[in-house]
Amino acid sequence: MTATVRIPTQLRPLTGGAGEVAATGSTVGEVLKALDAAHPGLGERLFDEAGKLRRFVNVFVADEDIRFLQGLETPVAPAATVSIIPAVAGG
Amino acid sequence: MSFVDGLRCRECGRSYPAEALHVCEFCFGPLEVAYDYDAIATAVTRRSIAAGPPTIWRYAALLPAEPTGAVDLGAGWTPLVRADRLAAELGLGELWIKNDTMNPTGSFKDRVTSVALTKARELGFKVAACASTGNLANSVAAHAARAGMRSYVFIPSDLEQQKVVTTAVYGTTLVAIDGTYDDVNRLCAELTSEHPTWAFVNVNVRTYYAEGSKTLAFEVAEQLGWRAPDHVVVPIASGSQLTKIHKGFQELHRVGLLDDPPATRVSGAQAAGCAPVAAAFAEGHDFVRPVRPATIAKSLAIGNPADGPYALDAVRATGGSIGAVSDDEIVEGIRLLARTEGIFAETAGGVTVATLARLAADGVVRRDERVVAFITGNGLKTLDAVAGVVGPTATIKPTLEAFAAAVDTEGPTP
Repeated sequence: MTATVRIPTQLRPLTGGAGEVAATGSTVGEVLKALDAAHPGLGERLFDEAGKLRRFVNVFVADEDIRFLQGLETPVAPAATVSIIPAVAGG
Repeated sequence: MSFVDGLRCRECGRSYPAEALHVCEFCFGPLEVAYDYDAIATAVTRRSIAAGPPTIWRYAALLPAEPTGAVDLGAGWTPLVRADRLAAELGLGELWIKNDTMNPTGSFKDRVTSVALTKARELGFKVAACASTGNLANSVAAHAARAGMRSYVFIPSDLEQQKVVTTAVYGTTLVAIDGTYDDVNRLCAELTSEHPTWAFVNVNVRTYYAEGSKTLAFEVAEQLGWRAPDHVVVPIASGSQLTKIHKGFQELHRVGLLDDPPATRVSGAQAAGCAPVAAAFAEGHDFVRPVRPATIAKSLAIGNPADGPYALDAVRATGGSIGAVSDDEIVEGIRLLARTEGIFAETAGGVTVATLARLAADGVVRRDERVVAFITGNGLKTLDAVAGVVGPTATIKPTLEAFAAAVDTEGPTP
């Protein structure tokens, strides 16, 4: 299943400047893993040493925060949009 | 002159230049302004500050933007009012209200907006933008108008009518979003990547913006005769304001403006309908689980608070607490402050007063402490909160008889 992943400014140097890239996977975790394979270096930005999503990285599937869904196990429907967004904003 | 050395990641310590950056490119941690405190200590005295303007810009040395040509509507230097009648109601001793309803657009947001847009202009931005629960919307629209900047303001569509009108009047592009504030915030974070020439005050220039809240601590200390209070009670939305008030007292000591290291206890106030930070505090967590807000305190309705973990740190490090109060308590808090001290606060102020009442009843805020409660927004912005519970005592014909029949003039003083 191929999803569209929206890339924030901070990570665009790793995607050749692209704001959107395609990645394949049936869960959020798989999609992000595929993203790292295609764009080496992205993984260490998103995940800490223990393999957990960094605490200031938020991920959304179809505009819903995955913490309200099933986290990295959240299913990704075909052609869904996955957004990676820095958590520090607002207020 | 500015005493800014650069920006530094609060999580991993990486350094960045003082540009429009708000998160670390490596770990996404928030960036903080790094100052040359030794140089500030040499340059600034109590006397030099007292000779400055009656606005936040009297503390320019401790702010990350140049005061010359500031985007300024006169934010700050609001009254610190001794609140003996409220103190008596709550069984407290020395209580003060920092009345930040008195800012140009009626909330503390004028402090952060003034700093953010001043820095944005320095960096060459021509467009201002923000995600807002209302108060910031007012403030960004007004300051952008003042600065001759185009502005885009994004709000949840269910906002109080007063806050919609008092934003739109400034001629901004006001976009209402079908969703919660957290949805608005997510959209704005994405828009920031798509429109890098816009200064989103609470996204890409948030590092500078947040520093404006330190002026609340600076003013309180100066107004108390250059002493930090023993205990402060601060509302929590994103947690930034509370964190920066704590930092503000520390900085004053660091640059020699306070004689003793501040021992101020910092307590937080949330609405029960949106209390992710209070819940984390109660459960002993150092992370904040997001919630979906449902409260009349819309200005505090952030379910996913960016600075939640840091607010927890500040409260725990100082021996404070975090309370969460019901919508009914919020309304009663608004009325209590109004009838005891003559200050009409918006719902966030009701949250603060109601939480103060709880913490006083629980013995957390003590009678022997010098206490400051931060009232950060004007009640005229959230009239609906109290419109159903207050109104005319009587509606009568214009005759003496009708008045005598309708109104009891012998009752006790309220």
